[in-house]
Amino acid sequence: MSWKQTEYTGWGRHLRAKGEIARPERTSAFIRVAEESPCPAIGQRRSYGDASLNSGGRAISTARLDRFLGFEPETGILEVESGCMLGDIVTHFGPRGWLPTVLPGTGFATVGGAIGMDVHGKNHHHKGSFGLHVRDVTLALPDGIHTIAPDDPLFAATIGGMGQTGPIASARIQLAPTKGALAMVTERRMPDLDSYFDALDASEATYTVGWIDATARGDALGRGILEEGETGAGLVPPARRGKRIPMDAPHFALSGPIVRSFNAAYYRRIPERGRTVVKALEDFFFPLDKIHDWNRLYGKRGFHQFQCVVPLDEREALRGMLERVSDSGLASPLAVLKRMGAAEGGMMSFPTEGYTLAIDFPAREEAPEMIRGLIDMTAEADGRVYLAKDAFASPEHMDAMYPERAAWAEIVNELDPEQNYATDLVRRLALRDL
Amino acid sequence: MTDTTTETWLILGATSSMARALARKLAKRGANLLLAGRDMSDLEATASDCRLRGAALAESLHFDARAPETFQPILERMRAMDGTLNAAVFVGSMPPQEEIDIAPEMLDGVVADSFTGPARLLHGLAPLLEARGSGTIVGVGSVAGDRGRVGNYVYGAAKAGFATYMSGLRNRLGRSGAHAITVKPGFVDTAMTWRLEGMFLVAPPEAVADSILKAVEKKRNVIYTPFFWRYIMMIIRAVPEPIFRKMSI
Repeated sequence: MSWKQTEYTGWGRHLRAKGEIARPERTSAFIRVAEESPCPAIGQRRSYGDASLNSGGRAISTARLDRFLGFEPETGILEVESGCMLGDIVTHFGPRGWLPTVLPGTGFATVGGAIGMDVHGKNHHHKGSFGLHVRDVTLALPDGIHTIAPDDPLFAATIGGMGQTGPIASARIQLAPTKGALAMVTERRMPDLDSYFDALDASEATYTVGWIDATARGDALGRGILEEGETGAGLVPPARRGKRIPMDAPHFALSGPIVRSFNAAYYRRIPERGRTVVKALEDFFFPLDKIHDWNRLYGKRGFHQFQCVVPLDEREALRGMLERVSDSGLASPLAVLKRMGAAEGGMMSFPTEGYTLAIDFPAREEAPEMIRGLIDMTAEADGRVYLAKDAFASPEHMDAMYPERAAWAEIVNELDPEQNYATDLVRRLALRDL
Repeated sequence: MTDTTTETWLILGATSSMARALARKLAKRGANLLLAGRDMSDLEATASDCRLRGAALAESLHFDARAPETFQPILERMRAMDGTLNAAVFVGSMPPQEEIDIAPEMLDGVVADSFTGPARLLHGLAPLLEARGSGTIVGVGSVAGDRGRVGNYVYGAAKAGFATYMSGLRNRLGRSGAHAITVKPGFVDTAMTWRLEGMFLVAPPEAVADSILKAVEKKRNVIYTPFFWRYIMMIIRAVPEPIFRKMSI
């Protein structure tokens, strides 16, 4: 297998790694390299921080292992290679009446990544996280391939396990029937944080998500737009994809005043009485994928995303965080609020019942301190931060945020005693320390 | 009456990433696909993928450029297909030139993989296309075949031989209404180029597949892909030999 020495980053483009990457194009080559040189597998590197980085070590890219291996129309079970992107599944199976049960905010996430991060979507309050709909996972370990089902103790360590149980070759996932290949979306203005929380609690829609204006202050603190969606049948122009950002944006493109005025206009674009629009599925599930490389809008320094979930009775903690963010003038236009349902994920899965808030920050000098403050506030509220997004959490928070961490570490350390699968994220947060 | 609504594509070397990209695009428009190569389990995975992406039929067939006994079953399978018969050849091997310099017997294998193996199979296929008066054969060569360079002239020589063969085949097939296209890719992002130094303007395999389909539709003769390689190679071919022999490019 040929290894390419390269420098690479996560989606936030701030943290970097230098190391060797192999990119097998055939299953047999993938299995061979996983046997001969056990190391973490990486997909499209859509995690923001260092979850897909292995500085000074090796990594196996699954980018070329992206095939549909089989589909049972009677049950809706799809077998796919781990590098297959979720958006590809939506594009091919949506028109045939099937969708992945859980879809994150980008269609570029791979099936392997969705399992390793146990991603969640706009329907978490009904359907739980991605891992709940995985029927089995085939791992490529040094002694060959192993297919594990939910009754295997390794399964709960693999779902949300950040790749620490070894490279995923393929998986069988349960698709859900969809009424059609378009989404009907009702958008409503939420004038302040309390009405937002109440609307999220009351929403009965299949898909619910909210954009939040993280620059709004005072009475308008926490204002935003609630989106409630249902799939439906009908005709809609195919999603237009693939515009590219040709260069890194200058740093002032996302400066405070520009973001504030953008957000105000974005808020007012929805009429006061609300509106219902029809969208292609891809445009509803993956709004930002329309523009490839949108992360370049943050300039060459890159950006960070902070995402936490706090219990339902900790609304005030989120209010405190939003106050802090809006006072700082650091926020970008991208901020999302959502209510999550009860948790049934893997040992290290992020989703748990409560409100989740995600905010992007350009990687300016003040950003790390700001985000560390938000992480501390999350810890105080008995919440947790999402490690797929993280760059600044510290090891001390981990056991409180992820109570099963030590038990998980025991399982993965037994499987991989030399920590061949450890990534920069795992080392930074001492996730596998006992 | 020949059925021209059904199209069948034989893809030789279907485990390569360029071939896989072409197969997927053909699958999307409902073609019949015969995927030929050596790694049968990988071909089977690509066949499943193509079926789920819309191929009317996708089968894997064993093809080894160095084993002519594998050719006849492929030709028989093609003969049994209705409609327009087409083929795309992606086979070839490029061992490092230094290894060939130490073991010159490797030269035979490179020539068989990149030239004589596929040419012999195409020679069996040509009469089928002629009999139906339609169909296209796409032969993927390389810009390396345009001029011998110290870095990979064995591979280049084999690809040059294949390009000359394709040119003759085009001349022959044109008489019956069938066609042959020579494709010369520049640097493409494949397993072959993954770790090579000095790559620039590297094209994704999907872009090569797109330009092949466009060339088939427009009945082009020789294409470079991406297109600008035509001009790069024009310059490289124009360098006088006394100068070229001192260059290391």
